[in-house]
Amino acid sequence: MSNHSWLKSNLPEKIIEEIEQLAKAKKLSAAKKEELIERVKIRYSQMQLEPGEAIGIVSAQSIGEPGTQMTMRTFHFVGVSALNVTLGLPRIIEILDVRKEPKTPSMMIALKSSHNRSREAAEAVANKITEVEVSKVIKEINLDLIKQEIILVLDSEEARKYSSTPTQIYDNLLPLLKGNEVSKDGTRIIVKPKESDIKKLYKLKEKIKGLIISGIKGITHALPVVREEGENKTYVVQTFGSNLKGVFELDEVDYTKTTTNNLYEITKVFGIEAARQAIINELISVLEEQGMPVDIRHILLVADLMCVSGYLLGVTRHGVTSQKSSVLARASFEIPLQHLIYASVIGETDKLDSVVENIMVNQPIPVGTGMPDLIVKMDKTMQSKRSLDIPRIKDATESTKKPAVPKDIEVKA
Amino acid sequence: MTDVFFNGMFSGYVDDAQKFVESVKQTRREGKLSRHLNIRYEVNQDAIYIALDRNRVTRPLIVVKNKMSMLTKDKVDAIKSRSITWNTLVDQGVIEYLDAMEEEDALVALNENDLTDKHTHMEVNPVTIFGIGTSMVPYANFNQSSRLNRGQKTQKQAMGCYTLNYLNRMDTALDLLHYPQSPIVRSFSQNMIGEERSAGQNIVIAIINYDGYNMSDALVLNRASVERGLGRSTHFRPYITEKLRYPGGQIDDIKIPDKDIQGFTVERDYRLLNEDGIIYPEAVIKGGDVLIGKTSPPRFLGKLEVFSSAANIRKDTSVRTRYGEDGIVSKVVITENEDGSNLIKIDVRDSRAPEIGDKFSSRHGQKGIVGAIVPPQDLPFTASGIVPDVIFSPNGLPKRMTVAQLIEALGGKVGALAGRKIDGTPFQSESSKSLREQLLELGFRDDGTETMYDGRTGRQYTAKIFVGNMYYLRLKHQVADKIQARARGPVTLLTRQPTEGKAKEGGLRLGEMEKDSFVAHGASLLMKERFDSDKAIIWICGKCGDSAVHDAYRNKAYCLCGEKVNIHPIEMSYAFKLFLDELKSLHLKPKLGLGDVY
Repeated sequence: MSNHSWLKSNLPEKIIEEIEQLAKAKKLSAAKKEELIERVKIRYSQMQLEPGEAIGIVSAQSIGEPGTQMTMRTFHFVGVSALNVTLGLPRIIEILDVRKEPKTPSMMIALKSSHNRSREAAEAVANKITEVEVSKVIKEINLDLIKQEIILVLDSEEARKYSSTPTQIYDNLLPLLKGNEVSKDGTRIIVKPKESDIKKLYKLKEKIKGLIISGIKGITHALPVVREEGENKTYVVQTFGSNLKGVFELDEVDYTKTTTNNLYEITKVFGIEAARQAIINELISVLEEQGMPVDIRHILLVADLMCVSGYLLGVTRHGVTSQKSSVLARASFEIPLQHLIYASVIGETDKLDSVVENIMVNQPIPVGTGMPDLIVKMDKTMQSKRSLDIPRIKDATESTKKPAVPKDIEVKA
Repeated sequence: MTDVFFNGMFSGYVDDAQKFVESVKQTRREGKLSRHLNIRYEVNQDAIYIALDRNRVTRPLIVVKNKMSMLTKDKVDAIKSRSITWNTLVDQGVIEYLDAMEEEDALVALNENDLTDKHTHMEVNPVTIFGIGTSMVPYANFNQSSRLNRGQKTQKQAMGCYTLNYLNRMDTALDLLHYPQSPIVRSFSQNMIGEERSAGQNIVIAIINYDGYNMSDALVLNRASVERGLGRSTHFRPYITEKLRYPGGQIDDIKIPDKDIQGFTVERDYRLLNEDGIIYPEAVIKGGDVLIGKTSPPRFLGKLEVFSSAANIRKDTSVRTRYGEDGIVSKVVITENEDGSNLIKIDVRDSRAPEIGDKFSSRHGQKGIVGAIVPPQDLPFTASGIVPDVIFSPNGLPKRMTVAQLIEALGGKVGALAGRKIDGTPFQSESSKSLREQLLELGFRDDGTETMYDGRTGRQYTAKIFVGNMYYLRLKHQVADKIQARARGPVTLLTRQPTEGKAKEGGLRLGEMEKDSFVAHGASLLMKERFDSDKAIIWICGKCGDSAVHDAYRNKAYCLCGEKVNIHPIEMSYAFKLFLDELKSLHLKPKLGLGDVY
């Protein structure tokens, strides 16, 4: 046990803290506590990876294997059946490829405590942010060909559902219908274009039907959903369509807890660290929903790799793969000719210090047993040379100088 | 106005589509139109399609009107008394033939009890919803549908005796079961096919685990059963060659090739040939033995070369037994083909007893390979002394839910004990209830289980074991055709990597995903060894990085750049060397930088 004393300072603070707390709660004696620490240290050192472990491949296999078992097209209902969000394999591909726009963009809007207590309050917010087209709040729309007018008959009951009144609709419509004479007469809104042209009148009528008079752009549906966290029930708003910036302008929204499934948007609004966490959360939730839990460390690795450059990189030939330093490694993954020609144009050098390249030239890969230079004790003159940068030489001719290999560490290639 | 298409061609309009279609159908039922005419109103396209062309699959159905089958009791009696025939029924509109198109609009009941107002037709017999293969699965209506598909698929791969003139035939692959039996539990379509076309054997199965030898779908066979002929078969394979004529008057020669000819292997390979260069019947051959000795002139001769000495250099193109295949020459046929050149066919037969790895199946898609062939004294036996032929793992049942398999075993047991055949036709089979009652009468437990004893220890099993008789099929996939291993062997010319496939004595590929698992284990040096099959030592110039020339005779290396000292032999995969060469052919110049390893 004493072998692990060096680890004491290496134990993360959080674990030490937890041990202290536990010791207090269980009223452990000093000796028992010491023993506990020793045991934790052993476990901790056992859990650490050894140098040379191929974590990349292991992560790829750990995520890839459950992927093969996933059903290709699975749609699932999140919270409410009206919202149909892409899940399963298509969603995973979407996340890893970093598509600019998910197939089904969706937000989870957290509300401030003044609005998340009741369904009604949450529904009010949901209605406020949902896009409302003119056609939803009118009873009828008529053309008066003689007067060259369009007459909208508003439905105040419908309008109330979206918490607006005819006057509000009128006010909202005014800036959208610039260049036309707009007047209001009770529940009727009369639009008269300045030019008189029947064809244009028809087009204007169709245009008016589709105008958005309230709500936030891009949000086609919004529904209140119950979140149960232990005892307390809170309401959040689940949306179809995503617009973080738009939503944040509302006072009711708790922007510290609101998220979207659009990774690109998260990067733009919150930054890359948030995007990393979003990737992790999304991947875990999709995998878990499919009943295939993957160890979080594999996902962390992937997420880190995708975000390490400061902006999002997909696991594609344009993203992560293009960041590899080795020409051969890049060429071995899609469009080889382009990589080779470009490499020859700028005169790239392949250091052969990663896995793929060494497999291609059939040299030991710098992983696991292929890293003897980490284990073998070398004198200082040799340490200065990076051994794996160079192709292995088998056994030079008599005429050339012999490689400086001390006899006691000779390893057969 | 609805468009009317006849055999796909536009031919007019009608006003009331539904009425028109109904009247056409009525006229057809009256026998005034061809019974093979089919019509359909396609609502979405607002078009009527009439089909009377060839190559449509049609099937007979009984017409239903007002919840009443048109095939009344009088008509059935009339058929029974042979006063009317099938054709009369079709002419009377009692039975009509529907193709896939018209069937879209039909609602077909399975039997009379299911009839409702909406039904337009009724099946002549519920079995007709199955195809030929599927209807041969006994008690099929107790199985999951996907199991029926598999059961049907395995029946097509079963060995049997599909031809009786096999001695005169030369099929590319013919597997003949030695003792085919007619199934005890059978559906009616088995009767249609006939007794002599059976493709399986009635055997006794016990459903129990036998150590690990029948895990994961494997079977345990009784050695005594195998020795008595269970699943024994003969495999026939023809070898064919032609005596070809070439431009320039050259011709293939059928004879024992001279020793100095190009491609001659060793004398031993030619030992079985007669003077005419052809093997004799009943010769025992092994893989690589020559069956027909043949020499051919060189290929691609120019006009003048015909007269040169090059024309006399002939090649050995003898027909040899396939790599890894043994057998006995069954027959030798020398004849002529349609071009008038000599044609020689040699049929090789190989008798095969079941061995570990051979594939067997029941008729319910429960296929598996032989995991062990066990002497009878080591197998479990029942209180009455019955030793099963096959031990089937119980773990194959819960997930697949092949209930019909159990009913078949039950039926087989009754059939074997009572000495009669059991009707297992889907939907109209002998009920499992009656089978159980009969089994009880015959002095057995009605659930088919029996007290069994372990043959190795003599101890009684605590559980009662299900024992029954089933019809088992030997499938044509045999290890003898597939087993393959290699240590050294041929390589491909271009990449120097091992060849692919059994016929070429190829290696087993260590593919991308296998490579990944080596990396994941960190087995770096082991992986290097695995990929050493195309290892090459290439001499590289340390000065210019290009490949140098090595004079092996004088053991000296030099480079085209003038360097003579700084040249090293570098070990790399030949594929990488090839890759470098290919880059050079693209006018890209790769240079190798050399350095010391340690």
